[in-house]
Amino acid sequence: MQEEIKAKVLAGGARRYGIGVIPRLYYYYRRVAKWLAIFLAISGPGIIVMVADNDAGGITTYAVTGARYGYGLIWFLILLGPVAYYIQEMTVRLGAVTKRGHAEAIFESFGIFWGWFSLCDLVLIDWLTLVTEFIGMTAALSIFHIPPFVTVIIVSVVMSIMVLQGRYWTWEKIALLFCGVNLIYIPCAFIVHPSVSGVMQGALIPGFPGGLNSDIFFFLMANIGTTIAPWMIFFQQSAVVDKGMDEKDIPFGKVDTFVGAMFTVLLAAFVIIVTGTVLKGVPIESADQASRALIGVHKYLGTFLAIGLFDAGFLGAICISLATSWAFGEIFGWAHSLNNKIKEAPWFYGSYFIAVITAGMVVLIPGAPLVMITLFVQVIAVTLLPAVLVFLTLLLNDAELMGEYKNTLFQNTISVMIVVTIITLSTLYAVSLLFPNAFK
Amino acid sequence: MREFFKYHFNKIREINRKYAKPRATMTKGTGLALLILRVYLIILMGILFFKFITILKG
Repeated sequence: MQEEIKAKVLAGGARRYGIGVIPRLYYYYRRVAKWLAIFLAISGPGIIVMVADNDAGGITTYAVTGARYGYGLIWFLILLGPVAYYIQEMTVRLGAVTKRGHAEAIFESFGIFWGWFSLCDLVLIDWLTLVTEFIGMTAALSIFHIPPFVTVIIVSVVMSIMVLQGRYWTWEKIALLFCGVNLIYIPCAFIVHPSVSGVMQGALIPGFPGGLNSDIFFFLMANIGTTIAPWMIFFQQSAVVDKGMDEKDIPFGKVDTFVGAMFTVLLAAFVIIVTGTVLKGVPIESADQASRALIGVHKYLGTFLAIGLFDAGFLGAICISLATSWAFGEIFGWAHSLNNKIKEAPWFYGSYFIAVITAGMVVLIPGAPLVMITLFVQVIAVTLLPAVLVFLTLLLNDAELMGEYKNTLFQNTISVMIVVTIITLSTLYAVSLLFPNAFK
Repeated sequence: MREFFKYHFNKIREINRKYAKPRATMTKGTGLALLILRVYLIILMGILFFKFITILKG
């Protein structure tokens, strides 16, 4: 603090007497360096949740979108970035102010009916999504001829080691490392030499390739579904609490979430650029199918995409399984921090292991209805997402709970618009999944 | 096993007691939002149930 005052006086004096450009620059350098140091210490939950949002299902959606419409829907993803940021930013404020996870906040504010509904729905969705992450990971590694059971074992072991080392900080840094692996899509896009003018046009000029019909509507809704998921809200709020973030850290948490949102949009756009350049018009149904097709195009391309798909599934898996365990811990009153040792929090880690192992085992069952599970996840998510978004908005308007951090009128206007739009579109998406001919 | 279930049933009862009274003030807006949410979920469950029956019949 004293140093800061000294630097301010120095900078002010320099300005007043027209001397000392170097001290002034040094002062700004010190300010930026200090800000950056604090940001690096506080950042994590936002970047992790946003990058993990591009999970195996997300990468599949982007790959298929690119193969179907080329660069034509990149603008839509760019629009989704601020929407995702806006929702997740509210969880940062809620977690930092209340020091409670989202599940506990719902129980406390809205009672046991909505509390149990949210918890049970979350557990079901998270577990089913975890199964889809394992489907993505096993499919990605099968490209390298690694049998599914080996993938499941390795992933389960690595996931266990990550949480058992006993520190949230270490878990977060390892997760950030895996977030970095997601950047693999960037060289992929450069390898395929996309049309820069085409990409810019797709990114900046909104349009619906082939007109606004039921097919494109389905893709728009699928992209929303992969960008905003219920588990993200539970995860980030609990991560903010476990990290010990305070009201004073909120600005850094917001930047963290903003950087994450930029990353998620950027990486999704790069996946679309890759498949939109090389596989446009090819009937692709999944990301691993796209990877196989791309191996024939360039020796590294398919491999990079498969590594990215595995990483996406892994990041999704580590976040989703933790979101469930944190929620259980909050409600049942178990010790539920990654800073706890296994002896101190046996139920917390126990629920984590059960989720991981059972989800992994489902993928290994011969003839398991994996496609049905993937579709079911998207449908059932619609039952929780509106509830969670409504609760989030209501909680952020509770003056007694949030104090000076409650939503302003402007924030509420945007929030209500986003919530109503998402609820409408995600419901229509669920209906179109259940009744494929409903909008034709 | 019996102890396990007993412990967890007691825990659930304890949770139900702890959160029996919602802390949020039920303003008109909050009440309306929760009512709309209930109606929405009932309709959605109805659609899911209808689909389930259609699959069974098919």
